Parts: sequence; structure tokens; C-alpha cells
Amino acid sequence: MDQLSGGEALIRALHDEGVEFLFGYPGGAVLHIYDAIFNQDKVEHILVRHEQAATHAADGYARGTGKPGVVLVTSGPGATNAITGIATAYMDSIPMVVISGQVESRLIGSDGFQETDMVGVSRPIVKHSFMVQNPAEIPNIVKKAFHIATTGRPGPVVIDIPKDVTDPKTKFDYKYPTEIKMRSYAVPSKGHSGQIKKAVDVLMAAKRPMIYAGGGVIQGEGSELLTKLARELGFPITNTLMGLGAYPASDKQFVGMLGMHGTYEANMSMHYCDALLAIGVRFDDRVTNSDVTKFCPDATILHVDIDPASISKTVSADVPIVGSVTSVLEEMLSQIASSKEKVDQKSLKVWWDQIEQWREKDSLAVTPCEDGTIKPQEVVQAVHKITKGDAYVSSDVGQHQMFAAQYYGFDKPRRWINSGGLGTMGFGFPAAMGIQLAFPDAVSVCITGEGSFQMNLQELATCMQYKLPVKIICLNNRALGMVKQWQDMQYGGRHSHSTYEESLPDFIKLAESYGHVGIRIENKSDLDSKLAEAFALKDRLVFVDVLVDPEEHVYPMAIKGGAMKDMILSKSERT
Amino acid sequence: MRHIISVLMENEPGALSRVVGLFSQRNYNIDTLTVAPTEDQSLSRLTLTTTGDERRIEQITKHLNKLVDVVKLVDLTEGAHIERELMLIKVKASGAQRAEVKRTTDIFRGQIVDLTNSVFSIQLTGTTDKLDAFIATLGESVVLEVARTGVSGISRGEKVLAL
Repeated sequence: MDQLSGGEALIRALHDEGVEFLFGYPGGAVLHIYDAIFNQDKVEHILVRHEQAATHAADGYARGTGKPGVVLVTSGPGATNAITGIATAYMDSIPMVVISGQVESRLIGSDGFQETDMVGVSRPIVKHSFMVQNPAEIPNIVKKAFHIATTGRPGPVVIDIPKDVTDPKTKFDYKYPTEIKMRSYAVPSKGHSGQIKKAVDVLMAAKRPMIYAGGGVIQGEGSELLTKLARELGFPITNTLMGLGAYPASDKQFVGMLGMHGTYEANMSMHYCDALLAIGVRFDDRVTNSDVTKFCPDATILHVDIDPASISKTVSADVPIVGSVTSVLEEMLSQIASSKEKVDQKSLKVWWDQIEQWREKDSLAVTPCEDGTIKPQEVVQAVHKITKGDAYVSSDVGQHQMFAAQYYGFDKPRRWINSGGLGTMGFGFPAAMGIQLAFPDAVSVCITGEGSFQMNLQELATCMQYKLPVKIICLNNRALGMVKQWQDMQYGGRHSHSTYEESLPDFIKLAESYGHVGIRIENKSDLDSKLAEAFALKDRLVFVDVLVDPEEHVYPMAIKGGAMKDMILSKSERT
Repeated sequence: MRHIISVLMENEPGALSRVVGLFSQRNYNIDTLTVAPTEDQSLSRLTLTTTGDERRIEQITKHLNKLVDVVKLVDLTEGAHIERELMLIKVKASGAQRAEVKRTTDIFRGQIVDLTNSVFSIQLTGTTDKLDAFIATLGESVVLEVARTGVSGISRGEKVLAL
């Protein structure tokens, strides 16, 4: 048995847990740990330029791979800088382990230099947290942290470690546990067969069925089974913002994303359906359109989720099913196969005819500008074309995020990487770094805006250090577009602090100053060729600054306080 | 409606703050709260009272159950149960008042646990309503100080909240 110090034990435990990358930033309270990192080559440390970016990079890595992202930050400001990233992961149920340094045990509570009560500060935004009291606890706590972060409904876990606990002079017998039992933590696994039977009965009797699938399907690795189920039943299916890619967007049964900026046909189908199979979703207010009393008035709601607290939280479920998506979908498929009842094909045909009528409205049609001005949607379409729809696409938050979600057309799970729940500007670029590290040969694109990008642009340096050829596509509309859109629509066009008055940097020079390539596109006629030029530079980070139409709004858009069928379809048309 | 929820949780640092934090974070009320280790020193039993409709209480119990430190819980108000609260109350007691306060205390089956020439300290156990009634009977003018533990409870019959 090896004799290790706390710092060495921590890094060894991460290796034993299969961790490849540790995203971090050093500081006083974690110096013993950094020394332990220096003396090994198993776990690769990625030095970011801001702790927030460390959490987003780890988050991107986790979303892309399904494995937990791991972060190491120092005490005080290091820890508080990580908070936004932890909250982002928490809202989207992303597995993450964040290790924060803490002042020495004897100083805790004394307002020591760089002291913050990290366990307290992070409490509402973590799945669980640990404060290590003794180096010998490290292997067990690390094992528990990873177990909690990755099982059930995943989420971030914080391990706070006082500096004395990692002291190289204090050694103990290191042994990594093979399994862990916690009497107070049980993972729900299989759904209740009787409930699944009830759900199947509802689906078979439905005349206007609908499948509504979300991020839980991706997190729970249920995309394949979901696709099988949807095809088996022939039902229309929509994905949430978090669920894009759970069902292939190019399939004809897919009616597009739903919700605040969902397609006309997705939202109409939701409103008029009579049976709703909701899987791995949480009836977020951006889906239900705030007034849940108007939500799916005719539907019997079947809700599958691994988190019991998610069920009937905002919308009451008629048939709740608690369990992992894969187990529930498997059983559902087998029950359907053996069921005497069959799908009511005649009614389904009538329902599809109706949906096709809605689809004909073509709510995502783009009208090109005649003067060569580039529409932001056209950029996303062009990126889709050039990457053959097979890139990992991260985004920040705002109009560009919605355009990316609406127009990229994700056919595979884990390809769309965005902060759906917390809506964190500054997320996309570091997340794209995490993706690129996980998949060095893949195309990692960050579709962003000039507002969001400036929230974590320091990571251009990290990308240079680790040679990460991320492609940044900046839909530059010279304004905080989504804020401006709301101000246009609800505040009489008063653009209060949503523009920057000629203060934008020259992004090309900015990228170049970090040693990267910058390309500017101003005219529609150059769009395809210059994007091709950017994507041809396979080993380089390229910042593509695309000047887009600043007047463009994101449509469709839900009418506040209405039902899902109530939408604004363009600047001049409403439902 | 008022509910009494008893929670068995790990007797570990931070566990209590997670429970209490959950209530403020999700905008739930806590009316009373009492907590102490059980016969098994690794477990604490926390009892709280809260109010809300069925849906809200369901969310509260689900979210409490989600906390990693929470081992088990029961909503005592769902079945027959016994609830008690303990109160220590200091009241003015001089002259003719002394006999009057003593009599009232006896009627409520309280005990005078400390006294001076002008003050009684009384211990009283019972339901929240009973303690409220005692205070009301004495009248605000004689009450000097009140220390109440909050409600603790246990279910009737053979049902137990244990591992």
C-alpha cells in the first residue's frame, strides 16, 4: 500500500476514477495539490485564464462525453469565480466535481486571507458538498463525490479541502475504494411496471399523441431507445432546447424545437395533443409559456423522469413514472410489442395531416436581404452545410443561441452544448475548449455573439497554449440582441444599455494578438467561401467575425401569458 | 394546512444548513424547527412544522428526500400522531398574583421550576394550541419571557421512523 500525502492522494484518486483532464487555476490554498500534479503525468491539468472558464470547460467536456468534468480552484476568489459555472451545471444537471482549496483548518472562520465559506456559498447550487477534515478521508470522499455527481439526476459536487489536509509531510496508507454505499443516497432505477402499463394504454388510445423529449434523454443515454420508440409508434416528436439531438432533427417525425422560440408546428402540436409523453423534461417556463393553466389543455400527461421532485413540480402529471429513461423506454417498448391494443392509425393519419398543415407555414423561413446584408440565420445554415451537420456546436446566450438551436439541425445527441437553464453568457467558448480536448479530431464550433464572447475572451490564451483549434463564429450585430429585441417589442424601442456606442474591439486584431487567425465577413456573397477558408484551417483557432443584420428578431416567439399556441410569427404576424 | 415533518438525517456538519437552506431557497416556510441526535449518534432527528397545500407539501418532502444527508422522513400529520412542545415561561408573580398564576399552572399541568419573590419560571408541555392557550390565559401583562422548543412528534401505534 502506498504512503501518500493528501495532495498526492487527491490526484491519485482522480486518476483511479478515470479522470483525464483537470481544469484549474493555482493559488495559495492549492499549492500542495499543484505540487502533486507536477510530480505525475496521469491526469492532465489544463490551465485556464479564469476559474469561471474552468467550470464551463469541464462542463462542455461533460456534456460532450457523458463523463464528469473536473475542476480545481483555489480558495476565496478562485472558489467564488467558479460559482457561475457550478450554477450553470446544476441547472442543466451536468455531472461535475469541483475541488476548491480552503484556508488551513485552524484559520477557518477567522476571515483569513482568501477565505470564503465555499460549502456555504455553493450550497443551493450543488447536488452535494464535502469539507475534508482529514487526509485519510480523501479516497472515500472522492469516490462518493463522483458517485453522487454521475448517478441519478446528475449534478455538480464540491469538495472543499483545507490546505493543511494536503500537507506533503502528512502521509497515510492510500487505498481507493472499489465501491461505495451510502444509506442516505439511493438511485431510482427501473420505472414502475404498472405505471408504464398505464402510460402505454394512454398512448394506444390517443388520437392526437405527442412526444416531448428533453435533456434527460441525452444525459440518460436514451436517444437510441427514444428514436426506436418514436418510430415504432409513428408519433410526432419535439425536443426541448436541452434535448436537441435526442431525436434526429432531419427525420420527418421531428417537428422542431418547442417553447418560447419553438417552431409553429411544435407548439401547435403541443397545445392540441390529447396525450403527451414527456421524457426527461422539467416543464420549464420557457416551454410552458408561464401560465401552466393554459398548457396542453386536452392532454393526458405522462411524465418520465429520474428525479421524483421533477414530477408534478409545475405541471401535474396524470401518469408519473420515476426511473431512468433507458429502463422505462425499454419496458415501454416491450409492453407495446406485447400489447393487444394497437396505435389508432386512422386518427394518427388525421393528426399528421393537421401537423403537416401547420408545418407548411414554414415558421423558420428566412427572407434574405437584397443588399447583401447577412442574416444571422443564414450563417448558422452555412455552418451546418460546411460541417455537414456533424460538428459539436456550443453557444452562448441570446439571439445567436436561439438561431443556432433553430437552424443547425442536430441529428445526434451530445452535439449541442448550451447553457439552457441558467442562461450563462460566456459559457460557449470555454465549453468548446472542453469539447475540443475531449475530441481532438472533431470540429468544435462556438456560435456566439460579440456580447457573450467578451465575457470569457481571455480563454483565447488557453487555446493557444494547448493548441485547441476551436472555430468561433461570432454573429456580430453590434448589440445585446435579445435584450434589444425585448426592448423593441415591450419597451417602445428604447434600447437602454443594449448597445456599446462604438466601443467594440477589432476582433480580428484581438484574435491575432493571441496568435490566432481572424476572418471578417461582411457580405453575403463571401459567406460560404470565407467560412470554408476558416474551417480549412484545421489546426488553428479561427475567430470569424460575421457582421449580421442588427434589426433581426428571433421568431417564432411565445406571447407572454398565453398558451403554447399563442405566438408572434414575424414583425407583422401573430397567431 | 399545517404539517409536521420528521426527518432522520446524517449527524454531520452542514446537514442542518442544507435542510434549512432548502426552505429559504425554494420559498417554503418553516414555522418551528427542532433537532437533536437520536439513540444512534450518527443520526439526527429533525422535526419541523410548515404550512402549504398538498402539492407544496409533496414538493417539500420530495426535495427533502433528495438531500444526500436525509436518510428517511415522515409527514406525521398524514396519520395518527402525538405532538408535543415544551415551553419555559417567566411570568410576574407577586402578591395576590402568585396564587392565581399557581392555580392556572396547575390547571394546565405545568410546573413551577424556579421562583423569586416576584417571578415564577414555569415549565409546560403540550400541543402548540395548549401552550398558546396558557399564554393567553395568563395575559400579556404578566408574561416576561417565553422560550419554546418547537414541535416534536412521533406517530401512534407500531409505525416507527428508524433505519
